[in-house]
Amino acid sequence: MLNETKAGKFRIQGNTILVTIIFIFLTAAPFFMSSFRMNMFGKYMCFALIAIGIDMIWGYAGILSLGHGVYFGLGAYCMAMHLKLEASGGALPDFMAWSAMEKLPGFWKPFESTAFTLLAVVLVPVTVAAIIGSLTFLNRIRGVYFSILSQALAYALATFMIGRQEYFGGSNGLTNFSTIFGCPIQSTQTKIILFYCTLAALILAYVGCRFLVKRRIGRVLIAVRDAENRARFTGYSPAVYKVFVYCLSAALAGIAGALYVPQVGIISPTDINISPSIEMVIWVAVGGKGTLVGPVLGALVVNFLKSLISEQFPAFWQFFMGGVFILVVLFLPGGLVSIKEIPAKIKARKLKKEE
Amino acid sequence: MANPILQIKNASITFGDFKAVKNVSTTVYDNEIRFLIGPNGAGKTTLLDAICGKNKLSSGNIVYYNDGQEYNLPKIKENKIVNIGVGRKFQAPSVFSGITIYENMELAAVTNRGLMASIGNKLPAEIRERIDEQLQFIGLYELRNEYPTVLSHGQKQWLEIGMLCVSKPRLMLLDEPVAGMGRRETQRTAELLKIIQKECAVIVVEHDMQFVREVASWVTVLHDGEILCEGTMDEVQNNQQVIDVYLGRGGE
Repeated sequence: MLNETKAGKFRIQGNTILVTIIFIFLTAAPFFMSSFRMNMFGKYMCFALIAIGIDMIWGYAGILSLGHGVYFGLGAYCMAMHLKLEASGGALPDFMAWSAMEKLPGFWKPFESTAFTLLAVVLVPVTVAAIIGSLTFLNRIRGVYFSILSQALAYALATFMIGRQEYFGGSNGLTNFSTIFGCPIQSTQTKIILFYCTLAALILAYVGCRFLVKRRIGRVLIAVRDAENRARFTGYSPAVYKVFVYCLSAALAGIAGALYVPQVGIISPTDINISPSIEMVIWVAVGGKGTLVGPVLGALVVNFLKSLISEQFPAFWQFFMGGVFILVVLFLPGGLVSIKEIPAKIKARKLKKEE
Repeated sequence: MANPILQIKNASITFGDFKAVKNVSTTVYDNEIRFLIGPNGAGKTTLLDAICGKNKLSSGNIVYYNDGQEYNLPKIKENKIVNIGVGRKFQAPSVFSGITIYENMELAAVTNRGLMASIGNKLPAEIRERIDEQLQFIGLYELRNEYPTVLSHGQKQWLEIGMLCVSKPRLMLLDEPVAGMGRRETQRTAELLKIIQKECAVIVVEHDMQFVREVASWVTVLHDGEILCEGTMDEVQNNQQVIDVYLGRGGE
């Protein structure tokens, strides 16, 4: 390429190697991991999928969303409604019966169809994102104002879900699934299939986003992030680009939610509220934003450590997570993926001292 | 007589109770370098902002002529205004620091700036040549693969002016382009403006009187939001009122 420096090429290659290693590791995982661990990694991959989406809006376009639990939740609930109907086999879902509902609410009916569910998993989050995005970005709400607004949104949705016990299972959420598209959800075989579906979605998302950021649109997003006004007065409409990338990241979060539900077996308002939404941002920050591979690494590593530590010291993992976040922000502002640049930095500092 | 490219008709701009621009009318012609001068707070930048759509007019109109068409600028969105040929440079240099200098130029040079076009990556040879030429002219060709963070203040100003030029505007609005530049750099910017002038009209807000003298074809003096006088630099310089309110104070 004409406009690629040597250093730039080297960095790209480094990240490509890293992402290849991660994907090979994940592909091989079912062969050497216990079913329990594999299932765990299936869940982490869903998180990695969300992280890629957040990196697209935060790392590239500079939009910090503290409420991505909303889109994850919408995708997850759509899938959970379908699974719940499958599990009830024509009868009224159990929690509705407990809430003295007499018949299935109208908006549940279409979720009996597999095709509709698969579409809804993407389209519901994207539609909501398009509405929220248009209202905010066209009115030039940005920066910290947008972050606060997005957070309020997560809180509102979670509160709504808790309040609507009869429609969405309240704070218990939706659970007790038995089959997914006819396959028993607990069987190892189904779990392996779900694992590879998630891996495929993750790889596709990575490759797709990588393709986009290497195109001109990636440079426009960075331009909007660095100097929105300059971008506007260079003839680009920042709002259009922002709405697009926001919808893209909502779609990824929605797909992640849909893959999460059958692997974890439950979705509840706790999983989509403010604090999981902030965790999502932490994965991206720890891994290294603006790199695409960083968020994948961050989501896998942080969640793996979280599981390990919470198995041993259940009371401590939150302190650990906070600690990791502070350490990364202080000493590795580029995230885990920037570790490889440290030797060069030390060298440069030494040279400076000698001068 | 040259063709008019921009007509400001009785434009007024108010912020709350404060009248920043009062009933200003003037016409800018093709291939003209128009300077707006005047003391701080005279409304120069506010007027530029109104032309490029950043400020709203409270009354009056601004009409822009291009390719035999008439556009009422106050009714058009900022990014559309750019796409019909009005380029704007702000006072503080502002470039995209996260992409290379070449890529900065690329974003400015492409003609279709819609979302779908940006998913493509095509950069016609003709545009690439134009970018290379421009980079050579502003002296940043060797640095094209670096990020703008390595540039000095003056170089950033040039990069931004270069980005404007490469987008081939018909009317260019520059807000203090030589602020913070040394004599030599200012000299070079003057040369650059003279070249730009061949293809488009330029409106410049500037305090550097030597620079104004060198390149201005017509000068508008603003004071307290009103036009004090208009004319060639010589005429303006000898106007007693102008000397009283502005030039007499050492030209700031």
